[in-house]
Amino acid sequence: MSKNRQHIKILFLPYFWLFIFFILPLLIMFVYSFSQRGTYGGVKYIFTISNYINSFDPLYFKLFLRSLTYSFFSTLIALLIGYPIAYYIATSTAKIKAILIFLVILPFWTNFLIRIFSWIVILGTEGMVNDFLIWIGLVESPIELLFNDFSVMLGLVYGVLPYMILPIVASLDKLDKNLLEASVDLGANRFETFYKVTFPLSMQGVVTGIVFVFIPSLGQFVVPDILGGTSTYMIGNTISNQFITVRNWPFGSAMSMLLMLIVSITISLYIRYSKKKY
Amino acid sequence: MATARSTNDLKFGQGKSLFAITILVLLFLHIPILILIFYSFNDSRFASHWGGFSLKWYYKIIDDDSLWLAVRNTIQVAIVSTIISTILGTLAAIGLHKFNFKFKDFFLNILYLPIIIPEVVMGLSMLILFVLFAIPLGLMTVTIAHITFSISFVVLIVLARLQSFDMTLEEAGADLGATQWQIFWKITFPNISSGIYAGALLALTLSIDDFLISFFTTGPGSTTLPLKIYAMIKFGITPEINAVSTILLISTTLILYFVGYFMNKGKKEGSAFLEI
Repeated sequence: MSKNRQHIKILFLPYFWLFIFFILPLLIMFVYSFSQRGTYGGVKYIFTISNYINSFDPLYFKLFLRSLTYSFFSTLIALLIGYPIAYYIATSTAKIKAILIFLVILPFWTNFLIRIFSWIVILGTEGMVNDFLIWIGLVESPIELLFNDFSVMLGLVYGVLPYMILPIVASLDKLDKNLLEASVDLGANRFETFYKVTFPLSMQGVVTGIVFVFIPSLGQFVVPDILGGTSTYMIGNTISNQFITVRNWPFGSAMSMLLMLIVSITISLYIRYSKKKY
Repeated sequence: MATARSTNDLKFGQGKSLFAITILVLLFLHIPILILIFYSFNDSRFASHWGGFSLKWYYKIIDDDSLWLAVRNTIQVAIVSTIISTILGTLAAIGLHKFNFKFKDFFLNILYLPIIIPEVVMGLSMLILFVLFAIPLGLMTVTIAHITFSISFVVLIVLARLQSFDMTLEEAGADLGATQWQIFWKITFPNISSGIYAGALLALTLSIDDFLISFFTTGPGSTTLPLKIYAMIKFGITPEINAVSTILLISTTLILYFVGYFMNKGKKEGSAFLEI
């Protein structure tokens, strides 16, 4: 019957596009990751797993570890400061809630580069914080607040915080307020109610927020590039470096594949968790 | 008889300390942007010294031809990529919604990949493809890349809109003798147009905003605005960036305000933005 083929007609173009420009490039990258580096940055199609072995060289393994550490702590910090504000937003009246959500989304209307750059204006040696510190006499000369672990994690948290807040607001919004009252009526104090009722019931939002924050942090390029230095480079910067500067594409491809592996593991854990809930 | 208490009678979550945290977090999110706007009017080159009110950085960027070229490139890439990704995304959404076929879940799941994959990997894998097939890097490759990452977002938004569209209307149209083409333009499109516009708007903003994927897929001379801003940051031309940021912020706010106003006037479909 002709009806059975209709979906092919309508889906062909979009999926053809995605295959050519999305799937195929990743497949080529996969092949490259098992190839050898040729002269002048070319690629020799000789099978090797040395790119993967080299990725675990202490020099590069350190980078994976650093990226994971940065992402872990920025996710943790985002959760610690994101949850209270999400809780406040979710329990506000409809009008206030709309305004607060708007204010959380509003920074997205500014280009990410610009938002990250503004921290240079704030934290730089000629920046406002240093000026203030000198003015109150705490320091004699400007101190370096940028290009270190602190500035990179600050940038990461700053960039991803709304992704943590919004899913938690959504899950707290769905929470049946009668349960909270029941808890109080049964003699639980506010802390117990939060710990035993509210928080467990908002777990879906918390987990979604963690995934939304952790994954973009892990692959970050802009934040360590602008607010960090070579000592704070993350995987994203190193991969880019291998492609653009060092021109060792097979090695860059192998590291990309490993990054994708970590992302896939995170996502599959998330899917498994979500399925368990329903 | 117990009277039903209003939803938040016990004032959960409305304590003073939570209020204070909320204000602090909002300040944290907004102060950097406000500071840039403030210093864009600073006569002094240094952020730490207020040299008096001045518009000189604005005059300076108005005279900057390379900046205007970047703006033109950005608009060109954004318009072309929005049109193509909206068409492709809408086709995919309709196909996925209307038909049941083997491996449908697989085709649905593929759409999530461009959203979750690290941008660095996506950009560089496309660079590999373009180099391998000797496609010259430039505005065309940037546009292709933008279409590729926008399609998924368009599909998901249009799919969400299709969920509330009564498909029997299409059957009614067919029963009354309308052709496929007529059914689409007279029944389906008017019903899901708000979703298509929302998807197009998202594709447009994603394209205008994109730095990293453009960074890897562009060629010499094909600078878009975010790439230009990146170069300015790297060279440390602070006051001009402040002025550019302020102009950008005002224009995006205005555009989104008018689009929101326009869409609310038509149908209430703003929720599609919150769903993604």
